[in-house]
Amino acid sequence: MQKVHTRVLQIAGNVITVAATDVGYQELAEVRSARGTSLAQVIRIQGDRVALQVFAGARGIATNDEVRFLGHRMRISFGPHLLGRIFDGSGLPRDRGPALEGNWIELNGPPVNPAKRIIPRKMVRTGIPMIDVFNTLVESQKLPIFSVAGEPYNELLARIAMQAEVDIIIFGGMGLKYDDFLFFRDTFDHHGALVRAVMFVHTAADPTVECLLVPDLCLAVAEQFALQNKRVLVLLTDMTNFADALKEIAITMEQVPSNRGYPGDLYSQLAARYEKAVDFEGAGSITVLAVTTMPGDDVTHPIPDNTGYITEGQFYLRNGRIEPFGSLSRLKQQVNARTRDDHRTVMNTMIQLYAQCRDTQEKQAMGFQMSTWDQKLLKFGTLFERELMDLSVNIPLEKALDLCWDILARCFDPAEVGIKTSLIEKYWPSRPSSH
Amino acid sequence: MSKDGRIVAINANMITVEFASRAIQNEVAYARLGDQRLKAEVIRVRGTVADLQVFEDTRGLRHGDTVEFTGELLSAELGPGLLGMVYDGLQNPLKKLAELHGFFLRRGTYLDALDRSRRWDFTPRVQPGALVQAGATLGTVPEGIFTHKIMVPFSLRDTWRVVAIAPPGAYTVDDTIAVLEAPNGIQHNVTLCQRWPVKIPIRAYAERLRPNEPMISRIRIIDTFFPVAKGGTYCIPGPFGAGKTVLQQITSRYADVDIVVIAACGERAGEVVETLREFPELEDPRTGRSLMERTIIICNTSSMPVAAREASVYTAVTIAEYYRQMGLHVLLLADSTSRWAQALREMSGRLEEIPGEEAFPAYLESIIANFYERAGLVRLADGSVGSVTIGGTVSPAGGNFEEPVTQATLKVVGAFHGLSRERSDARRYPAIHPLDSWSKYPNFVNEEGVRFARQILRRGHEVNQMMKVVGEEGTSLDDFIVYLKAEFLDAVYLQQDAFDKVDVATPLERQRHVFNVVLHILQTDFSFPDKDTARRFFLELTQEFKNWNPTLFQSPEFNQIEARIAQRVHAALTQPAPAR
Ligand SMILES: Nc1ncnc2c1ncn2[C@@H]1O[C@H](COP(=O)(O)OP(=O)(O)OP(=O)(O)O)[C@@H](O)[C@H]1O
Ligand SMILES: [Mg+2]
Repeated sequence: MQKVHTRVLQIAGNVITVAATDVGYQELAEVRSARGTSLAQVIRIQGDRVALQVFAGARGIATNDEVRFLGHRMRISFGPHLLGRIFDGSGLPRDRGPALEGNWIELNGPPVNPAKRIIPRKMVRTGIPMIDVFNTLVESQKLPIFSVAGEPYNELLARIAMQAEVDIIIFGGMGLKYDDFLFFRDTFDHHGALVRAVMFVHTAADPTVECLLVPDLCLAVAEQFALQNKRVLVLLTDMTNFADALKEIAITMEQVPSNRGYPGDLYSQLAARYEKAVDFEGAGSITVLAVTTMPGDDVTHPIPDNTGYITEGQFYLRNGRIEPFGSLSRLKQQVNARTRDDHRTVMNTMIQLYAQCRDTQEKQAMGFQMSTWDQKLLKFGTLFERELMDLSVNIPLEKALDLCWDILARCFDPAEVGIKTSLIEKYWPSRPSSH
Repeated sequence: MSKDGRIVAINANMITVEFASRAIQNEVAYARLGDQRLKAEVIRVRGTVADLQVFEDTRGLRHGDTVEFTGELLSAELGPGLLGMVYDGLQNPLKKLAELHGFFLRRGTYLDALDRSRRWDFTPRVQPGALVQAGATLGTVPEGIFTHKIMVPFSLRDTWRVVAIAPPGAYTVDDTIAVLEAPNGIQHNVTLCQRWPVKIPIRAYAERLRPNEPMISRIRIIDTFFPVAKGGTYCIPGPFGAGKTVLQQITSRYADVDIVVIAACGERAGEVVETLREFPELEDPRTGRSLMERTIIICNTSSMPVAAREASVYTAVTIAEYYRQMGLHVLLLADSTSRWAQALREMSGRLEEIPGEEAFPAYLESIIANFYERAGLVRLADGSVGSVTIGGTVSPAGGNFEEPVTQATLKVVGAFHGLSRERSDARRYPAIHPLDSWSKYPNFVNEEGVRFARQILRRGHEVNQMMKVVGEEGTSLDDFIVYLKAEFLDAVYLQQDAFDKVDVATPLERQRHVFNVVLHILQTDFSFPDKDTARRFFLELTQEFKNWNPTLFQSPEFNQIEARIAQRVHAALTQPAPAR
């Protein structure tokens, strides 16, 4: 028999405190109030005072409401029956399907033993040159899209997901606008991907705390599929809402903030999620693509900053383009040596020249005289931006590499680009196209 | 009286425990959870209540649960068989854990750090009756390419007499190989292994020396411009993605030391996997053997328990000191010290200590200083010399070096390799900033020349800044050439291709050779008719060097290109190229 507690000692933010003993750390409880029933999780024990974070929020909870401990932690039922389903941030159905039963798995399982991971080896082709050529996406990579509000980050996320060859897609929405939720659902549906997808959706209208569970639900399910040899792609949008929810709880618990109000363990919290990305030795893989909107377009803001220190690079979306400078795929070198022998050189040369072009553009903006070299750089920049950076470009990697050579040849002499002679001989177009 | 205590509070990875008899600061205790035991360390004692950091996930622990105090400080196990191992922060062998539990790290499983069944060929080095002190060699066993010294335990004080010593033969790490006796008659059995508390430096040496021998990393910008000495310390702060880890990975492969201890502290598991999977296949350029034979990995990656981050750096430095005691040169690479500092910050917050800057504890500075102080070049009692060199990365919030961890580190290290966002964005790798970085160690390549080269870099930078204001047309040809020279030096010498199998590592001899060629060009007074000609000359020269760097040192191709470079320089001097 589970004991029912009916005296709430304290209510602050979304955290309530009850007097209880024999409660396990992080155990779940059910809180019944006039507003309905909500799950809550133990986040601190001090003597017989137990603090619980209430998923539906503490609004409307009365000091004599019922709190019943469930004797287990947050969990989700796992199995093929999840496919095609849509749930909320507590793991309850959001579609009209049946409630989940049986085969429970706990969230936030233990970390993977590094000795059981393997070095990622497979490129994920996206057809986007700024990714495939310059910052190749790799299976099992964890990678956020850094973006300011208003950029088409959800479109980009959906496009990569639809183009990537994976077995299962797990979608996690945090603080998602309802329209965006519908956009994803319809896009999946349109591409016939819904049947191999599971969606956990917390919308902007839902209680904040539920947002915290979304990544954990997604990743716990993803992990199980990966153990069954599936290649899983997890999409998380928007992790900034997740981090803000963490901040809210930390402030309620009167933790000393470390940086702009964010808790000192923000790094560890984010890492615990992103590190679930994995390529298992002898089983499947989890690739994590996330969105991190940058408050004030500031990459040094604690959320993008901590994220950048955790993930394996980032795609920097700005003005509708993937920026070549802020963007980085740290796993690209695992795969781009085996794509084509000119891949790395082309990638480096193009970026170095484009960096010089940016300097020249600045000089030009200040009204300086342009040398012959400057003219060449400017031409190069224009072609690069128009023919490669534009997000509407959709060509396979090999075509994109050829196009890079073509652009180089249209702008420079072979001796000016700093490429090894052997590659010049092999790839430098004798007659570049004349656009 | 019972040595047990009871949990009275739980806050994330901190538990508060009421104890009956006594508690020792930094002693190990185990929280019992069903049949599992979760390792923890006492970090504060007040009255009859102790605060403990738990090295595991605390989920499921309850008020009133039992905690066993062990009386032993958090310690590392030291003995033959450490080399080539991959441990977690508490020195659990990860491969064994994988055999036992498969994919995941189950909490509460603690395995022996050293293989209990393996036998080592012991050769005694002392006779019964000999008088010995802590750290003295009693015998040796071969461990891979090294002669592993079996030493008098560092914890023994004063002088002991050897009562018995085992004959040559094969022994396990638990077999007694010597019996020692103190003047007061107490006897001590010495086995092949010993334990040492990780937070206390091993000091069984004769004297500390000044680090003045180079620790060649084969990274040109480091060895030539910002060298590190054996027994020295250096730090690599840099924003995310600037190349800290790649630098350390390269160093761990090519550094001119006997043993490398890698402490992967709170960073990505994937990066450790690269080392773990690749090292066994890679050849140690010094010995021709597998790199893994000289490497020890301590990894407590970011999703592993936060409290064990601290343990991981201390375990790593303790193992490094242990091999130093054998007269070996050891390099400890810690990535990233900021994660360890953050773990301290998390605990400090839970202890409700008064926070310092950015909520880091006030004692952060002294902890960092004490850690780097464990590096050093030492002369041992037998006259041999050993060293621990420490290189730590720092991950400053927002990439801003004006933050507590970077600042505390800069105060105590001997060299600073600061990575810059502009350089990494422009793919100028390694992104060590050539003007901001510094080293207090002697230059091993060409001191005069480096001073000159650095001046070119500084002036080139100034000209570049000026050009941003007055434009190229407002810059004199002479200034412009200085700028081109600086860019040239940067492109062909400071930058190094980590993915080219030759260019990735430049041995000292080659550095000296190539640097002198570059220096000669920097010191040459060129007179070009105009800026375009000058630019073209340096672009082409850069191109030649880009072909040169990947050739094998002193191969025919190498010599050919070198000759071509000389010709070009000569040609530019004698007959200025006509303007295009
Ligand atoms: N020397 C180099 N040569 C070529 N590429 C490099 C070099 N150094 C870094 N890079 C590129 O930059 C990426 C990031 O480097 P690295 O992982 O070392 O950064 P970091 O400073 O350790 O970042 P974090 O603080 O987030 O761990 C690499 O994956 C690689 O693509
Ligand atoms: Mg790193």
